[in-house]
Amino acid sequence: MGKVIPNDTCDAGNINKMTSPLLDVHELHKSFPLQGGYFASSQEKCLAVQDVSLSLYEGETLGIVGESGCGKTTLARMLAHIEKPTAGEIRYRGQNIFNFDKKQLKAYRRKAQFIFQDPYASLNPRLTAGEIIAEPFTIHRRDLPQDIDSNLESIMKMVGLSRDQERRYPHEFSGGQRQRIGIARAIALRPEIIIADEPVSALDVSVQAQILNLLKDLQDEFNLTYIFISHDMGVIRFISDRIAVMYRGRIVEIASNQELFENPQHPYTRTLLDAVPRLDKGPQMKREYLNK
Amino acid sequence: MSPVLAVDNLSTWFDTEQGALKAVDEVSFQLYAGDTLGIVGESGCGKTVLSLSIMRLVPTPPGRYVSGQIKMNGLDLLSLSETEMRKVRGKSISMIFQEPMTSLNPVFRIGAQVSETIRLHQGCNRTESHQKAIEMLRLVGIEVPEKRINDYPHQLSGGMRQRVMIAMALACHPRLMLADEPTTALDVTIQAQILALINDLKREMGTSVILITHDLGVIAENAQHVAIMYAGKFVEYADVKDLFAHPLHPYTEGLLHSIPRIEGYYSRDKRLPIIPGVVPDLSRLPQGCRFQERCPDVMPICRDEEPALIGQSNPKRYVRCWKYQ
Repeated sequence: MGKVIPNDTCDAGNINKMTSPLLDVHELHKSFPLQGGYFASSQEKCLAVQDVSLSLYEGETLGIVGESGCGKTTLARMLAHIEKPTAGEIRYRGQNIFNFDKKQLKAYRRKAQFIFQDPYASLNPRLTAGEIIAEPFTIHRRDLPQDIDSNLESIMKMVGLSRDQERRYPHEFSGGQRQRIGIARAIALRPEIIIADEPVSALDVSVQAQILNLLKDLQDEFNLTYIFISHDMGVIRFISDRIAVMYRGRIVEIASNQELFENPQHPYTRTLLDAVPRLDKGPQMKREYLNK
Repeated sequence: MSPVLAVDNLSTWFDTEQGALKAVDEVSFQLYAGDTLGIVGESGCGKTVLSLSIMRLVPTPPGRYVSGQIKMNGLDLLSLSETEMRKVRGKSISMIFQEPMTSLNPVFRIGAQVSETIRLHQGCNRTESHQKAIEMLRLVGIEVPEKRINDYPHQLSGGMRQRVMIAMALACHPRLMLADEPTTALDVTIQAQILALINDLKREMGTSVILITHDLGVIAENAQHVAIMYAGKFVEYADVKDLFAHPLHPYTEGLLHSIPRIEGYYSRDKRLPIIPGVVPDLSRLPQGCRFQERCPDVMPICRDEEPALIGQSNPKRYVRCWKYQ
C-alpha cells in the first residue's frame, strides 16, 4: 500500500525525517467582524482562529477536538478553501492554496473533499442518491474521461449502499445511510485528503460505530489522509493517529493519540478528559472543580 | 414505601396510514423518591413518547393511549381531565427538553417565563414570583440573576439556557422531573456542570428524575436504575452497576461494545464491534422478537414468539430475551 506511517504511534518528529507534509498550515489567523450591517464601523472582531500551525502527513488521521466555538469548523473550512484566512498560509505539497489560480483550485478541490456533520442538511433534496454521488464526476468531467456508470456502482458498493437505492431521494434514507451517501460523494473522485467535520455526531451509537469502521476501511483501501473534527473524545480516540486540542481559536496541545490520552499536558486537555462521562465509574461523581 | 410514579403496562400508539405505530408498547416500571431512572435507546425507540405520555402531552389523535395506567402518588394521570392535568404539569411533574432554544419562548424575557410557572402554581403575586424567580436562577448558578432576569433567551449561551429550563422545571419543587436528553446539545464540560446541578438539586429537594439519553456514560454516572428501550419496549431493566458489569440482552451488549472508549487504545486495524442493520419500522414490526434481525444469538423461537420481560435473580434484573427464559 506504500503507507508512509509505520504504525499508529507516530509522533511528528519521527515522520518529519521521512517525508514532507501533505498539508502545511502556517500561522493561520481568521477573524470575523462582530457587528454586521451596512453602516457598521465597529472595530470589534471575533478571533475565530489564532496563530494555528500544524502539518498533515500522508495517510494519517489528524483529530481536531474542542468545544463549540473553539474554531475547529472555521479551521476545517479554511483547509477546504471554503473560507479565506485573515493571515497565514496553507501549503499543499509546498504551494499556498490561497494563491492558486482557477485551474489549480479546481484540482485542489478534487484532492481535498469535505464530509459534513448533518446528513439531513448537506444533501440536495431534489437529487437522487445516484445523482448526488455522480455530481462530482459531472463537475470534473473534462479532467476525468471515465465511465461514470461503473464508477457509481463500485462507489456505492464500497460505502455499503446497494445499486437499487440509486434512484431514491435523500428523505427516503435513514441518517446513517445519508451519511454513507455523503461519504460516497466525498470519495468519488479518489481524493487524497478528507476533511470530516463531526461526521458521526448526528448518528445513533450503533450507526456511529458502523460509519467509523467504514471510514477506517476506506482509509486502508485508498491510503486517505483524514482531518477528523469531533467534540467526542471517544470517537477521537478511536480514529486518530495524532490529535490537536483547540481552545478559543488556538491549538493548546498537539500530540500522538497515546501521548494525549495517557499523558495530557495542557490543563484544558485534562479538564476535557475529566468531563467525559465514563461507563466504569459509579453514579454521582463529585465534580466540584467544574462547578465554579 | 410506595413509589412516586408507577407506570403499568403502558402502550401509546400512533394511527398512521401504514397502520398502528407502536411507539410505546407494554412498558411498566416504578420510580421511588429521590431515585434516578435512566432510559436509554436510539432514536425512534419510543423514549421521548414515553416521557410525553407521562406528561400527557402526546397529541391525540394521532396518538392513542391504548392501555395501561400512569399513577403518580396514587393519582391515575390518564383519567384526569385536561384542566386537572394542567395543575399537575409544572407542579408535581416537570420536564426539561433537549433543545433549550426551541423550548424557551424567544419573545419573552427569561424572568417572565420562570415566574409564570411560580405564579400559576403557587398563587403568589407578580412581585413575589419575580423574587422567587431570581432565587431560582441563583440556585441554578446564573450569576447576577437580578440583571439576567431581564435577558431574552437568545442573549444566553446554550448552557445558560439549559440552566433557565432547569430553574423553570424546579421552581415549584416537583416530585418528578423528566429530563429528555438534557445535555445532548451541550459541550462535555458544560454537560458535566448541568448534570452535577441536577444531582445536587435532586438531593436537596428529594425529586425523582427520569433521565432520557442515548449516552450510556451519562447514565452510568447519574442514574441508579436503567432501562434499555428497543423498538417501543423495555428489553432490559437493572441497577446501573449490574447492567454495565453484566449486560444480558444482546442489544445492551451490542450497544456497550459499539461505543469507542477513551480508556482504550485502538490501533489502525482495530474496528468497533457493531450491531448490524437498522431498527425495525415501528408500524411493520416482525413477528416474534423485535431485535431478531440484528441479533447475533438469534434462535428459531425468536422468530415465532415474542419473549416476555422476565425477572432474573443472578445477576438481578429484568430481561426480555429467549436466552434467559
